[in-house]
Order: sequence, then structure tokens, then C-alpha cells
Amino acid sequence: MSAVPISWYLTLSAVIFALGVAGFLFRHNIITVFMSIELMLNAVNLSFVTFSYQLKQVNGHLFTFFVMVVAAAEAAVGLAIILTVFKNRSTLNIDDIDSMKN
Amino acid sequence: MQLWLIPLLPFAGFLINGLFGRRFSKGVVNVFAIGSVVLSFAWVLKTILGLGDLTSAHVEHYFTWIQSGTFNIGCDFAVDRLTAVMLLVVTGVGSLIHIYAIGYMAHEHGPHHGGYYRFFAYLNLFMFFMLVLVLGANFLVLFVGWEGVGLCSYLLIGFYFDKKFATDAGNKAFIVNRIGDFGFALAMFYIVKTFGSLDFATVFQKAPTAPESALTLIGLLLMVGAAGKSAQIPLYVWLPDAMAGPTPVSALIHAATMVTAGVYMTARSFAIYSHAPAALDVIAIIGVATAFFAATIGIAQNDIKKVFAYSTVSQLGYMFLGVGSHAVSAGIYHLVTHAFFKALLFLGSGSVIHALSGEQDLRQMGGLRSKIPWTFWTMMCAAVAISGIPPFAGFFSKDAILVAAYAHAPWMYWLGTLTAGITAFYVFRAMFMAFFGDYRGHEHHPHESPPVMMIPLVILAALSLAGGYLFKVPQFLAPMFPLAEAPENFTLVAVSVGAGVAGILLAYVMYVAQPGMADSLASGMKGLYTLVYNKYFVDEIYDATVVNPLVGGSRILLWRFADVGIIDGIANGIGSRARDIGGILRRLQSGNIRSYAAWVLFGGVLVIVAMGMAGGVR
Amino acid sequence: MDVILFLIFAIIAVVSAINVVVQTHPISSAVSLIGVMGSLAVLYLLLGAEFIAAAQVIVYAGAVMVLFIFVILLLNAGAETKRGRSFMVQLLGVPLLIALLGLLVFFVDRLFPRSVTVHFGGFSGGSAQAVGRALFTTYLLPFEVTSILILIAILGAIVLARKELD
Repeated sequence: MSAVPISWYLTLSAVIFALGVAGFLFRHNIITVFMSIELMLNAVNLSFVTFSYQLKQVNGHLFTFFVMVVAAAEAAVGLAIILTVFKNRSTLNIDDIDSMKN
Repeated sequence: MQLWLIPLLPFAGFLINGLFGRRFSKGVVNVFAIGSVVLSFAWVLKTILGLGDLTSAHVEHYFTWIQSGTFNIGCDFAVDRLTAVMLLVVTGVGSLIHIYAIGYMAHEHGPHHGGYYRFFAYLNLFMFFMLVLVLGANFLVLFVGWEGVGLCSYLLIGFYFDKKFATDAGNKAFIVNRIGDFGFALAMFYIVKTFGSLDFATVFQKAPTAPESALTLIGLLLMVGAAGKSAQIPLYVWLPDAMAGPTPVSALIHAATMVTAGVYMTARSFAIYSHAPAALDVIAIIGVATAFFAATIGIAQNDIKKVFAYSTVSQLGYMFLGVGSHAVSAGIYHLVTHAFFKALLFLGSGSVIHALSGEQDLRQMGGLRSKIPWTFWTMMCAAVAISGIPPFAGFFSKDAILVAAYAHAPWMYWLGTLTAGITAFYVFRAMFMAFFGDYRGHEHHPHESPPVMMIPLVILAALSLAGGYLFKVPQFLAPMFPLAEAPENFTLVAVSVGAGVAGILLAYVMYVAQPGMADSLASGMKGLYTLVYNKYFVDEIYDATVVNPLVGGSRILLWRFADVGIIDGIANGIGSRARDIGGILRRLQSGNIRSYAAWVLFGGVLVIVAMGMAGGVR
Repeated sequence: MDVILFLIFAIIAVVSAINVVVQTHPISSAVSLIGVMGSLAVLYLLLGAEFIAAAQVIVYAGAVMVLFIFVILLLNAGAETKRGRSFMVQLLGVPLLIALLGLLVFFVDRLFPRSVTVHFGGFSGGSAQAVGRALFTTYLLPFEVTSILILIAILGAIVLARKELD
């Protein structure tokens, strides 16, 4: 048994994605929540690369590449938002940030 | 030959003045408005000269407008001899009236001081649509122009939109025209059903083989449209009220061009009518009845523009009488000469009104002959032309129609001749009341109009006098509408001319020689005078029989019941249910990001389940 | 050999991912996240994605995570405070998560039979050359649009993070 079934990779991807969702749901620190999003993105990237292997096409790699680019941009803007929020409210707990209500 | 350039030039003028005119000085507005129309006239001349003898239609296809199966409508323009005549009238008379309007509108700013450029923009837009109407090579393109001129007519009647009577008159014109347009639209549907096409060429080629019942129905429906646009019984009521617009509008739209669109359309469709004699008879009867009816109303009007408005209705009736009597070319001939002398009468009365600073009541005029001689003499040219005195323009065309009517049905000839006498009477009554006798008005210094207004008047006067010689329309149209083999009957001609002369003499006796006679006659026949003075109470009858039941029925049935009860009920019901549901859903919007995330997750799980159930899993 | 490598790095990835979620201090989470990304880079290599593996290490584990750690240090973020309760999450969070994971694994198992396997070197189309060729031919427009996106992100970050002047 020298080869790994492709479903193992996809299952790993699903597990990491679910862990990302769990982080998003159960954590209160906005930075950790943000990192959970990165975790989900990474899980999806793994799926893309796996499918690319299965289909023997390079397209999946390019999707991954674009996801990385967007994630980098998102990290820059998101962290800037976090900085601004912290500056104005002195809190990182996302349950305290609810000014959209009312 | 770039036919598209003809309508597009005025359209460009409309766009420029309409979009930027507010910032232009009056001089710049004039340059674009008049320049575009005059250029269009020049292009018409060049086109017609360049197209040779035009014995067959010159068609230009621009693009396919509507295609559905085998049904195909193109945006096509065509020029044949009939179109050429119309093009020359529309752009030629249109140019003159545009030039006249510079002087007439010089002191007019309309409501809110924005009227000058607006007026010329609308006028140019009207020219565009009128030229599309004339150039269209199928019924639908014609209909586009037809509706467009109706719109411009509405806009220009309501030009003084801060005055209630003007907006009311605009609405009346628009609504009455809707009735006619409804008939026209039905006619087009029926044409498509019968012939499978709206192209003039196709339809008229197939017309001889179609069943006569279908042709009669189409012809009658088209006549409904023509009656609306050309103010014939029973839809004529809007035209006299349309005089609320500025006088150049009355001359251009409500005398020379737009109202003749119905005549043009019936002439264009003559291939259909020639195989539907019943429909043609209806046209002739409506025409002669309108001619007589409107002429009698004209006798008792005191507003100078109203007199000429009823005169227009009456003369349009003559044109339909011509078409209905198989003398299409005579009808078009009268259309052309009428454009000259009626435009002149309106422009002349505009000059009178201008001289008296807005006075329109004939009873407040008198003795103006020596004060504004140019206006008097030019209008006199038009008056003799419309009265059918040889050898002026109106004589030739009216005579051609009456001779054809005699061949068709003698009683129509006699009624037409009687109408000719009445026409001469009321036109000269207006002339004598305005220009003879003693001055009865309040304006202290009636002044002659500026040259920019007088030059178009003089040109039109020359055309009214000599137009019958210069433009032999029936001979020009002979390839399309063969001349009737009517024997030269000098008795008929003499009788109709005699009627005209008698009318003039009667007017002279009653209003110049013995000024008290008219009043004593009016009080002597009080009942008849009241009836005529109030236009046979037609407006009141329409109000009582059509308008009020419609308004009342609409108020109770459509407004109280259908609108408030059902439609508002549904709308309000939906609104309040939505608010109830929103009240429940509002609890979801907790403002807590993590609970939103949980909902997103919930949705995601549902999507995955749905995809699995839809066959994502083998 | 493939199986051993996969299992080692898959276990590292899962453990690190669990650590990301359960650690209360953000800096611990960030370090664990770097572990996840590093092990994923190895898995990418196993799948023949050389370029993506390199990019993963440089862009993600390098640049993005450094950014995260900078922010954590800048804000001096300590252990998180446990204030605020979401009724929805308490009630539905765990069942939904289990449902999601269960469904995903179920579908993966059904859709991808065991016989389809991955072995190292089975796909060699993930080289920098191949990716670059696709990027600058088929995906040229998205690539250029991405550059605008990054520009906008830079501007947005500057606007958001600068000190108010007034």
C-alpha cells in the first residue's frame, strides 16, 4: 500500500474546514476569528489542489493562487479594520461590536 | 440618397436646443432651429431633383426593426411622388413658419421664462416626426411619426402650461386623438392578419386579391384614425380648442401639416380603398358632412383663430370628400393649396393679434386696414384663395374636388358648393370685422409686424395667389392616381364660383354696407343663432353622453371599487403582512456576528443536503 | 512512503488546527496556524503542486502570518474575554458542525472511491513554468484585475489605519 486514496486528502480538507468553522463560531477574539477564516481558506485550497491532481489540470493551482492573493489583500484590509475598531472601542471581543444593531 | 438626413436635421436641432437651449441666447436658438429646418428643406429639394421622375418609389432600408418568424418590419423610408409633394409642403411651409415664429415669439417667454428655446425645440421635434410620418415605407414607421406629431401637438397646445384652458385643450387633443389612434392600431393588426406584412409595397400589391369585407373593415378602421388626426366628424372637437397654442403652432401643426396627415394616410392607402367602395363612401360622406357642419359653426365665432380653426376642419372635410370621390390627386392638391392659404390666414391673424398685443376677439377690432396694411393685403390674398375665386390657388383644387364629387354623387356637389359659399361668407366676415369699419379696440397704437414676420406672409401670399398655376399637383401625381375622365363642365364651375362670390357679397352687405344687419338677423333667428354660436352644443352633448358617464363610472367602479377596494387592498395587505413577517424575522437580526455565522452555516448545510438530494451523490 | 508522509503531516495539520481553535491566547493560535500552513505546503508538494507549495510558505506562512503577529503585538492582545452569549450558537453550533462534517465526509466517501489514489510524481503539471504559462495566457485578465484589487486593498488599509488628522 504505497498510494494514498484521494478521499483522504479531501477528508483532511473537510476536517480543517470544520475546525475553521468551529473557531469562527465559538471564539470571541476577533483576531482568532480572523485566523479561523484563514484556516477555512486553506482547507479549500487543499481541495483545489487535490482536484487539480485528480483531473491532471493546472487550473486548480491557479484558483489556489488567486485565493492566496485575495486572502493577502483581505488580511491587509481586515487587520486594518481591526486596528481601527480597537482604536475606537478598546475591545477585541466581537460580541461587543454590535453597533449595526438598532 | 440619404433620406434619413431629412428628418434627422430637425431632430439634431431639437436635441441641441432642447438640451442646451437654456444657456443659449435667442439668436443662437434661432440659428439651430431655423437652420436645421431650412437645411432639411434644401436636402428635400436636392433629393427630389436627384431622384429623377420618381415614377416608382425609391425605398431605403436602414435596419430590421422587428422580426418574428416570417413577420418582418424594417425601419424603411421611401419617396414617391406623393411623398415628394408632402415633403415639399412640410419642409417648405415649415421653414416659412419657423422664420415667422422668430418675430412672433420675440416677446414670448412662456411660463417661467424658459419658453423660447422650449418652443423651438418642440417645433423642431414636430418637424422630425412629421417627416418620419411622411417618409415611412410601412404602416408602423408611419405610426411612429403619427404618434410623435400627436405628442408634439399636445406639448405645443399646452405651451402656456400655467393656464388651465391651455392644458385642458392639450389633454382634450391628446385624448380625442387616442380614440383615433386606437382605430389605427386595430387597422394595423387587421392588416397584419390579412396580409402578413405592414410594408406599403407588399400590402398594396396584395390588396386586389384580399376579400372585400376585410378591406372594408381595414378602410373604416383607418378612417377612424384619420378622423381623429384630421379632425373629422365625430372626432373634430379637439381642433378648435387647440388654438390655445401659440399662433405659429396653429399655422404649422393645426392647419398646414399635422392635421393633413389623415388625408395623406388615406391617400397612401388608396390601393385598399379602391377595392372597398363602401369604406370610400363613408369617407366621402364624413368629409362633406364635416365640411358643411364646421363651416356653419364658423359663421358665428367671434375669436379670429376659432373662425379659422373651424375653417380648417371644414377644408379638411373637402380633402376627404376628394379622396372619397376617387379624386385622390384633387384631395392632395387641396391639401397643398390649403397649406398655403390657411397657414397665411393663421400667420396673418397672428400678425393682427401681435399688433393688438394679444387681442383675439373680432368685436374688439375693426378699421385695421389702414393701420397694418401689409397684414391686410396678404390676408386678403388668402381670403380670395380660400373662397375659390379664379384664378387663385383655392379655386383650382376646390373645383377639382367638386367636379369629382358631382361625378360621384350630385348631392355631395351641391352640399359642397353651398359650403363653398358659406366659407367665403365667414372668411370675409372675419376680414371685414377686423379690417373695415371703425376701430373698436383698446390698444392705442396698433403697429405693423417686423419684417421677419412679413416676409413669410408675402411669400405665402404669392403662393396663395399663384400656387394653383405653379404646382400642377394632379398632373404630377397622375402616374400614381390616374386623372378622372371628367368632362369639362363649365356650369358646375360657374355655380361654385358664383357661390363664393355670393358669400363675399353677402358678407360685404352685412358687415360693411349695413353694419346693423348682422345683429338684427341674429336676434331675428335667435334659436338658430344660439345653436350655431354654441357649436351645436356638441361639446356639451359629448360631455353628457360620453365624458360624464365615463368619468362617473370610472370614479365609482374603477376608483372606489377596483382601485381603492381591490388594488389598494391587495397592496396594503401585502405591505402589512410583510411587516408582520418582518417583525418575526427581526429577531434574527441580533447584531451578533457569531449568530449570523451560525445561520450561514445552517444555510450551507441545507445547500449541501439539497445538492446531495438533487443527484450530486451517485 | 507516500502514506507515511501523508499521515505525519495530516496529523500535524489537524492537531495544529485544533490548537488554533482551542488556544485562548491569539499568539498561540497564530503559531499553530503557521504549523497548519507549513504541513499543508508539504501536502501540496506530495500532490505535485510545487509552485503553490512555495507560494504557500512565502505568502501565507511568511507574509500574512507576520502581519497577524504584528497586529497581535501592536494591540497587545491578551487572553480573550468571555463576555457575550449567542443563543443561536449555544443551541445550534455543535449540532450544525457535526452535521456539516458528517455530510462532507459522507459525500467525499461516496464520490471518491478508494481505488483513485495519489502517489508522488503522478502529476507534474504544477511547476512554476506551467502555472506561469496558464496565468499569463488563459487567466491574464483575472490576473490583471487582481493587481487592481491589491492596489485597492493597499489604499484601503492605509486609509483605515492612518491616524486621524483632525
